[in-house]
Amino acid sequence: MPSFVITEKCDGCKAQDKTACQYICPNDLMALNRDLMKAYNQETDQCWECYNCVKICPQQAIEIRGYQDFNPIGGNVVPMRGTDSIMWTVKFRNGSLKRFKFPIRLTAEGSVDPFKGLPEPDFSKLKGPGFFNYEARKE
Amino acid sequence: MEKETCNFSFCAKPEVVEIETDLLLIGGGMSACGAAFEAARWATPKGIKVTMVDKAATDRSGAVAMGLSAINTYCGENKVEDYVRYVRNDLMGIIREDLVFDLGRHVDDSVHLFEEWGLPVWKMGDDGFSLDGFQARDAGKALLKDGGKPVRSGKWQIMINGESYKVIVAEAAKKALEFNRTATGGAQNHFERVFIVKLYKDANVPNRVAAAAGFSVRENKIYIFKAKAMCLGAGGAVNVFRPRSTKEGQGRAWYPVWNSGSGYALGMQAGAELTMMENRFVPARFKDGYGPVGAWFLFFKAKATNAVGEDYCTNAEYLAEAKAKYGKYVDNLGTAIRNHLMMKDMKAGKGPILMRTDQAMQAINATFKEKLGEKEGAKKVKHLEAEAWEDFLDMCIGQAGLWACKNIEPDKAPSEIMPTEPYLLGSHAGCAGFWCSGPGDLAGTPDHYSWGYNRMSTVNGLFMMGDIVGASGHKFSSGSHAEGRIAAKAALAYMADNADYKPAIKQTADEVAAELYLPFETYEKYKTYSTDTKTNPHYIKPDMLQARLQKIADEYFGGISTWYMTSKTMLDEGLSLLEMLKEDSNKMAASSLHELMRCWENFHRILSVEAHARHILFREESRYPGYYYRGDFDLIDDTNWKAFVNSVYDADTNTWTMKKIPYAQMVS
Repeated sequence: MPSFVITEKCDGCKAQDKTACQYICPNDLMALNRDLMKAYNQETDQCWECYNCVKICPQQAIEIRGYQDFNPIGGNVVPMRGTDSIMWTVKFRNGSLKRFKFPIRLTAEGSVDPFKGLPEPDFSKLKGPGFFNYEARKE
Repeated sequence: MEKETCNFSFCAKPEVVEIETDLLLIGGGMSACGAAFEAARWATPKGIKVTMVDKAATDRSGAVAMGLSAINTYCGENKVEDYVRYVRNDLMGIIREDLVFDLGRHVDDSVHLFEEWGLPVWKMGDDGFSLDGFQARDAGKALLKDGGKPVRSGKWQIMINGESYKVIVAEAAKKALEFNRTATGGAQNHFERVFIVKLYKDANVPNRVAAAAGFSVRENKIYIFKAKAMCLGAGGAVNVFRPRSTKEGQGRAWYPVWNSGSGYALGMQAGAELTMMENRFVPARFKDGYGPVGAWFLFFKAKATNAVGEDYCTNAEYLAEAKAKYGKYVDNLGTAIRNHLMMKDMKAGKGPILMRTDQAMQAINATFKEKLGEKEGAKKVKHLEAEAWEDFLDMCIGQAGLWACKNIEPDKAPSEIMPTEPYLLGSHAGCAGFWCSGPGDLAGTPDHYSWGYNRMSTVNGLFMMGDIVGASGHKFSSGSHAEGRIAAKAALAYMADNADYKPAIKQTADEVAAELYLPFETYEKYKTYSTDTKTNPHYIKPDMLQARLQKIADEYFGGISTWYMTSKTMLDEGLSLLEMLKEDSNKMAASSLHELMRCWENFHRILSVEAHARHILFREESRYPGYYYRGDFDLIDDTNWKAFVNSVYDADTNTWTMKKIPYAQMVS
């Protein structure tokens, strides 16, 4: 299911410090046409349909169109990702709809304090099993 | 043919940035994030610098980029020894039991951290039904580390709301890196969109890794990272065999399409010893969309049958035939054997093979309503239906899209399943990778399993993690994170024992730049020769490099087109064609930084596939029926082959050394 960019909605992220879809795509697919200031998927047969460009787009300008080598036309799946949950709308080829909402995280974005409350490393144990905060299980 | 060289006569010379660090983490997925977290805590008080280099954006890089609906390795109430038995059984009897046990005794802590960082984990409700992350929190359910009871979809798997799994794990890793950077100085220790092409050995110290070179995919810059030790977590190899999809759909690989064999190729070129590269994984998944089947089999108790409703796993004739060839390995019906039996039905024309999602949901519907009454039962069924969709929406959204496009509602209609094209990996249900030192402290460890530093390869200072640690599969996301932590900690121990070391390489910065930018030089030199830059007799573009590789692998090394069948004569022929492809890689051409990455990614794929083919050739048996068959040795031969196959590639001479390594059983 390659991603595609809706011409009218994409503003090239000109108000942002970087083009969001280009920044996030794990496979370096999203590119910016600087003449048009619009993004596009430059290699649609390498798209994993991970939806990360769809989820991150501030204009909701990106959707997914099913790979046409096996998807009949007409269905689609649209996410709306918030800070703690995600809403999904699944539209079937026959027009019927399903909606789902799932949690995505239980802490505020950016609030992870990785070493808070965890012990200092004990350098006498650098060579044995275990982590700085955890003794390996014994049977 | 004349060899192409780059002296920047045609393409512009890039800026070369040399970075001196102490511990270099190559990759940004689960294992590299685990390594960053653990390393930063140990390294920072000692003033040791930790640097991560990722070819993508770490928030969404690696195999967990899309999300996951389950954590597949959480030992919890189970015994670690049983984890070893389970992995050994599924991988047809040949694993490094020390590495697997070591993983099992560490993995739970990573899962506990994920939950503390904010990952929603399903919990068992008081009524025996599952609660999602919000419901569990609102019901005051304890965290896993405090005895909270997870929802098990299988003995080792727990269910999560994992859309943001990687984002959460990356946040902890990035903060840990920043903690290290501010304490140890340096302008930057987290590089995104830098693709590592090659590792370099030390100029003076034999068999020691000293540097990694790559390029920015955003600007004309080459990076040379010099380090005292490295942890390599650059992933497995995907789209190496011709996929079942014919056009756009080849992006919908089962495993992440961006896993380009870099993990294997980087280590191989540095001379690290490989093990079990003959292993591959051929998952049976929902056809075309490649949606996960685990939750359907394990959690919803769905059955897979042939088109007339027969269970191919109980066909007496198939089982007797399999038993005659593959012996005791048939008894436990591991993943490979189930594939084998499924394909018997497919070849007999009894397909399509169907996952009976409809029957499973209808059975659940009846049970719930009987137990809870009409109204409450219906409510629980609705919750369950959402859980079934979440399984796809968390980790394989395209499968949900395919169901929508085909008007398939899983509670009303079954869905077709199919064995995919082969994949090379070592963290999921496969074990292709490098021969690594084990922890060494476990009873019964033979001498050849341990050389002092956990997860160190046979190249000093080069540590492996995640998909590329060989003979140690079924780690999955949590295990890869834990393994990154194990490797990073051991790398720091290695550095402490070799404190005076200063990395140096014999190549100059210009030589490195010329090597990496050769595809640009070639393209610029020849691009005007023909009227269309796509078709030019002087070079090969990366998409065609990949197409030829996939065709060779598919037709000669046991891909889908031969029902995974190969033999000595087929492998020999394929390897001779692959050799010419390797030679042609000298004529790779790139017109953009994006294509330059594709060129080198596909070069990495070629080396990974060659290792795979050479290992299959050396092992004269069919260890993984259902994944591949040697037609000339279609049996499992424990007398001769209950052993590891190891190999070393010498990049300077383009030669291979193959050998058999004895197996040690450590767990009864």
